Amino acid sequence: MDRRVPRTVIDPKFRQVGFVPPGATPPPARSHSVPNDARSSSELSLSGSSLSPVMIPPPRHASADGLPSVVRSAASPVPIPASPLRRDTVQIPIGSYNPSESLLGSSPMMSPSRQLDAVSEFSDDVPTSARLGRSGSGKFASSFPSSSGEMMTMKITGGGGGGNTPKSSLTTASVVKALPGVSEKDRGALIEVQNEGISKPQKQKTQKLRGVPFKRLSVQRRLPAKESGEAVKPSASSGGALPALKQGKVVKPSSQKKDGPQVTAPVASSEKKVVDRIPDKDRKKDVPHPRMQFDDKHRVEKAKRRAVVNQSEARNRVELFRHLPQYIHGTQLPDLESKFFQLDPMHPSVYKVGLQFLSGDISGGNARCIAMLLAFQEAIKDYSTPPEKVLVRDLTAKIGCYVSFLIECRPLSISMGNAIKFLKNRIAKLPHTLSESEAKSTLISDIDRFINEKIIIADKVIVRHAVTKIRDGDVLLTYGSSSIVEMILLYAHELGKQFRVVVVDSRPTLEGQALLHKLVAKGLNCTYTHINAISYVMHEVTRVFLGASSVLSNGTVYSRVGTACVAMVANAFQVPVLICCEAYKFHERVQLDSICSNELGDPDVISKVPGRNDLNHLHSWADNENLQLLNLIYDATPSDYISMIITDYGMIPPTSVPVIVREYRREHLWI
Amino acid sequence: MPDVQALVNDFVLKLKRRKIEGSHASARHTAELLRSVISQQRMPHTNQAGALIDAVKAVGEQLIAANPVELAVGNIVRRVLHIIREEDLSSTATAIEGLGLSAGSDDDDEGQHVDHPALSAAALAAAARSTLRAPSLQTLLEDIPRSAVTPQPPSSGGDSEGKSKSDKNLRSRKLKHDVIEAINELIQDIDTCHEQVSEQAVEHIHQNEVILTFGRSRTVKEFLCAAKEKNRSFRVFVAEGAPRYQGHVLAKELVGKGIQTTVITDSAVFAMISRVNMVIVGAHAIMANGGVIAPVGINMVALAAQRHAVPFVVVAGSHKLCPLYPHNPEVLLNDLKSPSDLLDFGEFSDCMDFGSHGGSPLLHVVNPAFDYVPPKLVSLFITDTGGHNPSYVYRLIADYYSADDLVVKRRSTS
Repeated sequence: MDRRVPRTVIDPKFRQVGFVPPGATPPPARSHSVPNDARSSSELSLSGSSLSPVMIPPPRHASADGLPSVVRSAASPVPIPASPLRRDTVQIPIGSYNPSESLLGSSPMMSPSRQLDAVSEFSDDVPTSARLGRSGSGKFASSFPSSSGEMMTMKITGGGGGGNTPKSSLTTASVVKALPGVSEKDRGALIEVQNEGISKPQKQKTQKLRGVPFKRLSVQRRLPAKESGEAVKPSASSGGALPALKQGKVVKPSSQKKDGPQVTAPVASSEKKVVDRIPDKDRKKDVPHPRMQFDDKHRVEKAKRRAVVNQSEARNRVELFRHLPQYIHGTQLPDLESKFFQLDPMHPSVYKVGLQFLSGDISGGNARCIAMLLAFQEAIKDYSTPPEKVLVRDLTAKIGCYVSFLIECRPLSISMGNAIKFLKNRIAKLPHTLSESEAKSTLISDIDRFINEKIIIADKVIVRHAVTKIRDGDVLLTYGSSSIVEMILLYAHELGKQFRVVVVDSRPTLEGQALLHKLVAKGLNCTYTHINAISYVMHEVTRVFLGASSVLSNGTVYSRVGTACVAMVANAFQVPVLICCEAYKFHERVQLDSICSNELGDPDVISKVPGRNDLNHLHSWADNENLQLLNLIYDATPSDYISMIITDYGMIPPTSVPVIVREYRREHLWI
Repeated sequence: MPDVQALVNDFVLKLKRRKIEGSHASARHTAELLRSVISQQRMPHTNQAGALIDAVKAVGEQLIAANPVELAVGNIVRRVLHIIREEDLSSTATAIEGLGLSAGSDDDDEGQHVDHPALSAAALAAAARSTLRAPSLQTLLEDIPRSAVTPQPPSSGGDSEGKSKSDKNLRSRKLKHDVIEAINELIQDIDTCHEQVSEQAVEHIHQNEVILTFGRSRTVKEFLCAAKEKNRSFRVFVAEGAPRYQGHVLAKELVGKGIQTTVITDSAVFAMISRVNMVIVGAHAIMANGGVIAPVGINMVALAAQRHAVPFVVVAGSHKLCPLYPHNPEVLLNDLKSPSDLLDFGEFSDCMDFGSHGGSPLLHVVNPAFDYVPPKLVSLFITDTGGHNPSYVYRLIADYYSADDLVVKRRSTS
């Protein structure tokens, strides 16, 4: 445990944000560590080539209990005693996406185990194809943030496989997505391969996790034999969508697999060209769409005509927020439910998710995003191209239709917007040569991969990072209920760190109570209070961990309303504020205040205080036109209140957000 | 006497049980109680003021101990003590004047024995006061003893000279009468301070202003309504002020007066403050350093206002001016309320059990009643005597309190 002064958490010495020339790939230590394994070094070249200019090495000083140390010790011949902890950790993070336990029965993505099942279910449909994409990564922890967890187990269980990675696995997190389009698909298949290892999903998770690496190993051993046959497929299929140059490049790494490290440079340069070409074309597209402004009567009328949901505009709107939609809450739900069986254009699973959004049964950025993607996956599964139509066009339109339905139910979060952008891109880039079933399975595996890599595994990485910032005796403050913060706290608790948690909550959602339930059930020492008392509790707090709905390009953190207050007070008391946010939630938009873009919740919940029947002063508030109730959902935290953003690419200052957005969004379009 | 003691006990009990809350109510009650204490106090022949002061201190000590956080009680006790001292001083001054006029008169024993010491003490006290009182060129130029005569309260009329020769009974009643008179004035002040504060509203609120307030304060309500009555049209954001949710009440009252009102949650304060022109809040107490004790959550509002350079205005009657300097006010001048405001007991009751987990429960619920706003976050105080800077508060306090009373404790010797 490192025992430094609390204020030096973010030691600039260890954070290098800068541009690394594309040829100058992974730190030398890494390539030296695997000199004998030809295949993994070619992987390395691949990863090196696509390594994007931003390199944020994880804090190497990270204490003895953090992830890097484990990796370090893995590199050394000394066996690791800490195995049980490691194994457990892999399972915690997945656990907390379920928005509310009560729902477990009904929503598509529910309990952790079911989530896993779902993933495996879907990927079972994928025909087994080449594994070149990811297979190497099993050996090579550093190329995948994602695989780090399993990596560890693998090493612990004595799997070996040449995974000597003295550097932390987080350094070159980008590799996953950096692989050109074709191999993406294969990676989707790999998920399936992984899941093959788990014969029965009902098995205990620890067993599962132990099972994975073994299976992986066997896959790796099998791979060289299969490779020659399978490598053909991706290159053929990639023809349509990707530029020729890219295609050549795809083949290269796979064919040169046995070549060794010297390949690195040429591949990198060709890669670089591709990178350079894309922005020129897409730059205009990159400018974010102007959002729908609801004070524009003309457009609102137009939107209404298309709408599935008949929403009635709320009365007594707040003047400042005319540009945001606000409907009378609860009026649409029965209407929609009755429509459930008529569903003309809507897929039932999308419909269901929409209803869950509407009723608030699913909330939270990740949960909503995953629910939406799984619903789309279902929809794609059941999709068949109508005659005389092209799959790419028709499916895009369909998805667009679903999305607008979901927007009517509840405005999209930025994370969902990014996921949709990703999906549409994947559809648009589908090679024309693919048959319908192939295209569908490609998309389905793409979605799986997105959920897995961008959310589930990204969360694990963030947890690993964040836990290095928790020390014994800390008092950690969190606000509302963030799934990622919850994972961090539980993981730190499992590591045996001694700390206290202050859960700050606010009306009207009182999400903090749900978090409190989970933490107390695990035996964490908690303090609960409302946001008003934040100045009172802040004295004893040593760290503030906050979740975020999105991180915008100017470093503004867009999150649950009240986050800004917490960050401000923490800043006033000189307590470091750590924002935990997956990189897929980053967005290139900029925002200075919380008013230009926001979401309005149901104002009625403000007038009622649960458990306080004496408070009905605002009983019939809508009757008086002078009185308005405003229920903001989000607010924007200025970047100067934020000490650090912990993301799957490492720990960065808020000023580095645009770099991440610019450099990594490209591969978003790409995956 | 016994009935006074009963009254005192009753009030102490109410304070302890938090039956009387809010600085206005408790200030008023305290003043009324002290008035009846004084009226029932039997006056000795000598050192009448001292006896009164002792009696008031005795009661005041109990009251303050009953609810140390309700600073208005202590304020009123000190105000009453100050009144007694002033009245005593002025009557002594008139006595001296009478003494000067009819030299060697057959004054009563008090005049005879304590003549010189009283004179010098009065002179000294007056000198001390004159340094704090509005300095005029005259007081600066003239001698100290003569300045002692200048502060003459109107209550002691010119006819006192004639009465100075009358019997002691009359004189003892005179002091008591004057003090009670002054306390009545104080009570009236407490009742009318809202009006005096709100008279200044039009000077601070302009057309189309957007004002944020927090929770409910009667002074703020009157202030805003007064501006509305002068036909200013403006918009008010009301933060509801959990866990008491008094903002709901305020919103209803404001809407009743035709003011455009928007209720927001406390968490949305930061989001909205960028569109706000002015923050107007009430206070629980104003400390001598210019800091404010206010309902919980206001520090957050003040910080947000500072961030966006929005003026943070505190309106308060002068009975909320507290002559104490705060030390660690977040803890020492705070009340921790029941957790049931925040959490249902049913859900977490086993976690909050002090019996389990080796004496310290797994779950703590913090529900403080007050926040402390440091003076640097306050832009302006508007009291019934006008607008003041936080840095000027100490000076205001010198007008209302005498330095001897800061610690309300009976002298152990007597």
